[in-house]
Amino acid sequence: MARRMRARAAAGALAAAVAALWAGGAAAAAAPVIENARMLAPHHVLVQLGQPVADLSPGNFRVTEALAPDVAMEVTEVTVRPDGKLWLTLAQTVSPQNHYRLEIHRPRAVREVKPAAWALLLSVVLSASLINNFVFTRYLGLCVFFGVSKRQDTSIGMGITFTVVMVASAMLSWAIYTYVLSPLDLRFLQVLVFIGIVAFLVQLVDTVLKKLNRLLHQKFGIYLMLITTNCIILAVPLLNASANAGPWEALALAVGSGAGFAIALFLMSCAREKAELARVPKSFEGLPIAFALTGLFALAFMGFAGLNPFR
Amino acid sequence: MSTAAVPRPPAPGAGRLLLNGIFAENPVFRLALSLCPAVAVTTTVMNGLILGVAVLVVQVLSSVSVALVRRSIHPRVRIPVYTIIIAVWVSCIDMVLAAFFPALYAQVGLYVKLIVAFAIIISRLELFASKQPLVPTFFDGLGMGLGFLFALVVIGAFRELLGGGAIAGHALLPHKPLLFFILPAGGFFSIALLMAFFNLVERRLSGGAARRPGGGGGAHG
Repeated sequence: MARRMRARAAAGALAAAVAALWAGGAAAAAAPVIENARMLAPHHVLVQLGQPVADLSPGNFRVTEALAPDVAMEVTEVTVRPDGKLWLTLAQTVSPQNHYRLEIHRPRAVREVKPAAWALLLSVVLSASLINNFVFTRYLGLCVFFGVSKRQDTSIGMGITFTVVMVASAMLSWAIYTYVLSPLDLRFLQVLVFIGIVAFLVQLVDTVLKKLNRLLHQKFGIYLMLITTNCIILAVPLLNASANAGPWEALALAVGSGAGFAIALFLMSCAREKAELARVPKSFEGLPIAFALTGLFALAFMGFAGLNPFR
Repeated sequence: MSTAAVPRPPAPGAGRLLLNGIFAENPVFRLALSLCPAVAVTTTVMNGLILGVAVLVVQVLSSVSVALVRRSIHPRVRIPVYTIIIAVWVSCIDMVLAAFFPALYAQVGLYVKLIVAFAIIISRLELFASKQPLVPTFFDGLGMGLGFLFALVVIGAFRELLGGGAIAGHALLPHKPLLFFILPAGGFFSIALLMAFFNLVERRLSGGAARRPGGGGGAHG
């Protein structure tokens, strides 16, 4: 712990030096009043000051949600921690994933408090792959899921192929939606355009793979054609479009959903290989028992609902 | 694959085509196609009904469109052409639903757009509409659509009754409902039970004849 803090202090000093050089060595560039601030669940703000603040009464501080800058949240207590940082206690609960605004009245200072970009992206990936797994909690891609999960090796092949095509098509769809459809007010064409992109990409990958690597094509070619009928590949661009996602969020959602589908497929294939050997009531043989197995997985995945990378 | 018994010319009568879609080749329970919406929107009967109607309309319209232009589609590009035809009709239905049923659309909107990727529609185009004249194609599309609608309503009623103690909003069961059936996992279990039930009925009716259980059609994508 101590070593990490020392390392962090060194890094901070380095950053300060770089910043000083950046400012052309002008000493006039004074340090900001609020150097850093972080929301901590359930109701705290940790503030690192760049300049001393004389008035440490709760009335000197104002915390609001970035989306509702007029509604101040009540600050109940301000304490100074041994390391010099301020520890604000709020009356209501806050989440580190959301965007807040911290203001100090004297000396006047404002700072946006939001999670680091990588943390947000990580949470999108985790959420799409585990917490809101597309197969087990959003019920998408079931046709391919039940068709391909009979054997382990086919499930792995499908998982890899699907994730690759998913990422490519989501990014292409995002670019076309953001730079072509939105400016031209053609959003109602999104279904047509997105499915066209998927069909085009599948054909492209198939042709290129056939020319470049016959062995790989023999192995993954059959899965490529199935991808067009997988709802997930269409759902991700649609979700990105309706959420007005940025490029990195779109990428994170694509990677997360692809990985989530691959995980689901692999788990299911393991269970189904066992179920093949089990004695199942006659009416349940085949798909009904596969559905029951999926139900069990879905129950297990509900446990991920408590997973929070920001704690 | 096991989408057997696809009638070649001379096409069977309208009544048989309709029944074929609803029972013998029910898209959800027998062919196991287009399962995503079957679990996703069937938490209530109304949701199942609206998506079922949307699929019915898209299926009939795109079947008829393909039957009309089937001679001028080059076989090598037929799948992309089918996809585009379906996407056009889905966009239309999507906008109609969004305009006239905004409250229901808010719940099932994503799945309405995803009708494009439903295997049932494209497989009917490939197996039936591309080979048959207009009239039988119309009835085949209607039968498949009705079969899908029927399946969604049955699953929706089952889940709403057990999970919410009501059907279409009318409270029926006095006791505390089993919330489990509204949850994702419950949807999967409901389908497993209903599918097994259909298999049982079919086996009883056919005198235990050895037909592959579960429709076995999973590999259709």
